[in-house]
Amino acid sequence: MTVGIVMLCHTALHRAAQVARHWATQDCPVVIHLDRRVAEGDRAQLAAALADLPDIRFSARIACDWGTFSLVQASITAATQMLRDFPGVGHVYLASGSCLPIRPVAELQAHLAAHPTTDFIESVTTADVGWTVGGLNKERFTLRFPFSWKKQRRLFDGYVALQRRLGVSRKIPDGIVPHLGSQWWCLTRTSLQAILSHPDRARNDRYFRHVWIPDESYFQTLIRQVSSRVESRSLTLSKFDFQGRPHVFYDDHLHLLRRTDAFVARKIWPQADLLYDTYLSPTADHAPRLEPTPGKIDRLFAKAVERRLKGRPGLYMQSRFPTKARGGNRSAAPYGVFEGFADLFPDFHQWLARVADARVHGHLFAPDRVQFAGDERVFKGGLSDSAALRDYNPRSFLTNLIWNSRGERQCFQFGPGDAQEIAPFLAGDPNASIMIVSGAFVIPLWQSGLPFAEIRAEAARLQKVEADFIELLNAPDTKARIHVWTLADLVEDRVEPLQQIVDGLNPRAPHRMTELPQMVDLTGFSAFLQELRNQGMQPVLMGDVPDTTGQPGADRGLSRPQLAK
Amino acid sequence: MDSRAAQPGGPPISHPRQADTPKAYPIGTLPDPARGPWALWQAFRLRTRRQMLLARAIRRRTQLTPATDRTANIAAGDVLCFLCLRNEAQRLPFLLAHNRRLGVRHFLVVDNGSTDGTLALLRDQPDVSVWQTGASYKAARFGMDWLTWLMLRHGHAHWCLTLDADEVLIYPYWQTRPLQALTGWLDGQGRTSFGALTVDIYPKGPVSAAGHRPGDNPVDHLPFFDAGNYQVQVQPRMGNLWIQGGARARAFFAQTPRRAPTLNKTPLVRWHWRYAYVNSTHAVLPPHLNRVYDTEGGELTSGVLLHTKFLPEIITRSAEEKTRGEHFADGAQYAAYYDRLTEDPTLHCAASTRYTGWRQLEALGLLSRGGWI
Repeated sequence: MTVGIVMLCHTALHRAAQVARHWATQDCPVVIHLDRRVAEGDRAQLAAALADLPDIRFSARIACDWGTFSLVQASITAATQMLRDFPGVGHVYLASGSCLPIRPVAELQAHLAAHPTTDFIESVTTADVGWTVGGLNKERFTLRFPFSWKKQRRLFDGYVALQRRLGVSRKIPDGIVPHLGSQWWCLTRTSLQAILSHPDRARNDRYFRHVWIPDESYFQTLIRQVSSRVESRSLTLSKFDFQGRPHVFYDDHLHLLRRTDAFVARKIWPQADLLYDTYLSPTADHAPRLEPTPGKIDRLFAKAVERRLKGRPGLYMQSRFPTKARGGNRSAAPYGVFEGFADLFPDFHQWLARVADARVHGHLFAPDRVQFAGDERVFKGGLSDSAALRDYNPRSFLTNLIWNSRGERQCFQFGPGDAQEIAPFLAGDPNASIMIVSGAFVIPLWQSGLPFAEIRAEAARLQKVEADFIELLNAPDTKARIHVWTLADLVEDRVEPLQQIVDGLNPRAPHRMTELPQMVDLTGFSAFLQELRNQGMQPVLMGDVPDTTGQPGADRGLSRPQLAK
Repeated sequence: MDSRAAQPGGPPISHPRQADTPKAYPIGTLPDPARGPWALWQAFRLRTRRQMLLARAIRRRTQLTPATDRTANIAAGDVLCFLCLRNEAQRLPFLLAHNRRLGVRHFLVVDNGSTDGTLALLRDQPDVSVWQTGASYKAARFGMDWLTWLMLRHGHAHWCLTLDADEVLIYPYWQTRPLQALTGWLDGQGRTSFGALTVDIYPKGPVSAAGHRPGDNPVDHLPFFDAGNYQVQVQPRMGNLWIQGGARARAFFAQTPRRAPTLNKTPLVRWHWRYAYVNSTHAVLPPHLNRVYDTEGGELTSGVLLHTKFLPEIITRSAEEKTRGEHFADGAQYAAYYDRLTEDPTLHCAASTRYTGWRQLEALGLLSRGGWI
């Protein structure tokens, strides 16, 4: 017994001829179905090219349209001819003109000889199918599809929607349990004969004539009625993209094809000379077959689909620019934004870099110049310290910075004195952790020694900016993680907020915080706030800062009980 | 299937009018495509504009004199390459070799008054058709009128690659898969255009230091590039990207970033005679061709144009271009730029990245396989 190959061909006929010759010269009879739309000249050329091989036959030609019964009809016609003309055929293998055997024919023959009664066909119930595109599983069998999916897409979709709305459905004939699977199968003579000469054949064909994509369900369903032993997998490696179109294999896939356990691969790019030469030459170099790793191949293709559909979050480039609703407002990795801390703790910068294991920048959005960590002029990826360049497109600046330094946590200082255009992006970015000591911006003013009138005006301006920022953060659609403490909170107890920062940035830090940043000596600060009030400004963001005269809060924190948790 | 479909009873969807439409949409502000009468009116205006561009191109066809016309050799399905150039004898040998290797079957070239033997070189090639013109490059929309005519005449139904002489196209798997594989994939995906980012490449030292002889691969002499300083926006009218940044923005336009060169291009399009490039190949009409990016969060297949501008000859060329004034609509604004180029600048910095191949560019997010395996 041998295996007979049914080939459905419509393009790249010179390749189909090569493959047919390969099969036929190794004792595998071939029946070729040629799409009726193929030009007569091309048909004649193909027939002439194969004329010297008696075991290659051509079946009656049908015009095939994707998704319709014509493909099944073509398979039936060719398979019938195969069974009739070649009594020595034990299995029939359905392949296409762009299939390529990727293991020696003898191996396939041996495999089938070892399983003489097994039907190799992927056959999965509609409930368990995970790969159909467009959400049509069960409905393939219960709706009507008079319109072409490829050419009349709107009518197709509209008619499906209408039928769903009206709740109409076709009755599935008795004894038919819908199954789906790859259209490339390998069936035993017995099973195929049983399907083709089934007493209900006429009724089945009538029914499947109006099922959508019957080539993925006709044999897959009917085999369950007749087969004694179904192995539900296809011997053909065939991968699909997210729209259900088959992936094409190119020359550079040679290595991948060597790692599959399938016997045939589909579909092969007609100009993939290396693949055809490698697998079809008489001295076919099949020796370096590697350990099959079908799981690895599946993952590779699954990843490609993910790249196409989900992309890389936080990347904005010439082929990925999502709308706001589709992830357009997020960066690539978590980062920390600190407002006010550096005003209150002069060595906050160094402290944070030590405890958080992060790259700590200064004020990235400072009005005069970007303060990169280490005072660099140009940061990773070529980001310039020019404020003009940054302010021209602050969102690209920030997303680039985060994207360029994936794998390393970024932190930066922010404040009401900085360019604020980035604020809405920060608020909407789920990767942002924004920590604010509200009102701390007055500390540098207090220390500045400027004329009080100027201080008062500047303090009022900055307070307005910061209040607006905090209001923005409190909006319901904020996605960033937010913590706002007042200056008074921090003066009262700085351990708890700082511990929260460290935990947030570095959750797996093995040790508790052992050092705290030094706080500015606030002696006389409450008097300064009072003076602001006296001058008519209302310092609201600072909270009720206690008078710390005589007890600079330097070491109070460490002795507090919170640390003993 | 579309979960974003308007909810019944929800607020009416309003679309911004011209007055409050922003100049460009930065990251995270791109709305869904507009519908309704206003969108129809916009589409009509773009259609008129496209027709004007085509009319211009047809009118200016008389400026072209065929020097060598081998277009009869073009077969159905061939990938064609359209070029408009001037004095590129140094870059041409590599340019032709690289694109032939990629699978370009015929080059259609406009030679705008070369004096360095470019024309003779082109006429000797069996797969090149050449047209000559001495007319103004600037007045012909920087050569686009000429190319639009040639594309209208010869490009219909072909995948057409429109390049500058100093651009080297790189796309996923380009070493192992010719353009026919890429266009086959794009056809299968239902796409008719392919986006690419222009990436300036430069030498380690001052630009005069990069030795280069005709036929050399310029990428060997210009091994560095900026990996992550590209600013992305979308322009509302035609939905085209507006990407700026890179080494030139960093080095020459740090104080005037708006004027930094536009880097996004749509160099590969399955052409229809009704199509027209608007502004170099940065934007094309009809506007659906500009949608080379995915707006749902995914990635489409895209490429990179390695920009080999910074070969030593740029120093003399810039001095010449400054006086010719043929390269910018508002040339005076760019005088300082040309002056900087003439001063033998150094673009390399500590943050520069050495080019190793398309897989590196993909890892850096400068191009994408977009599901192509």
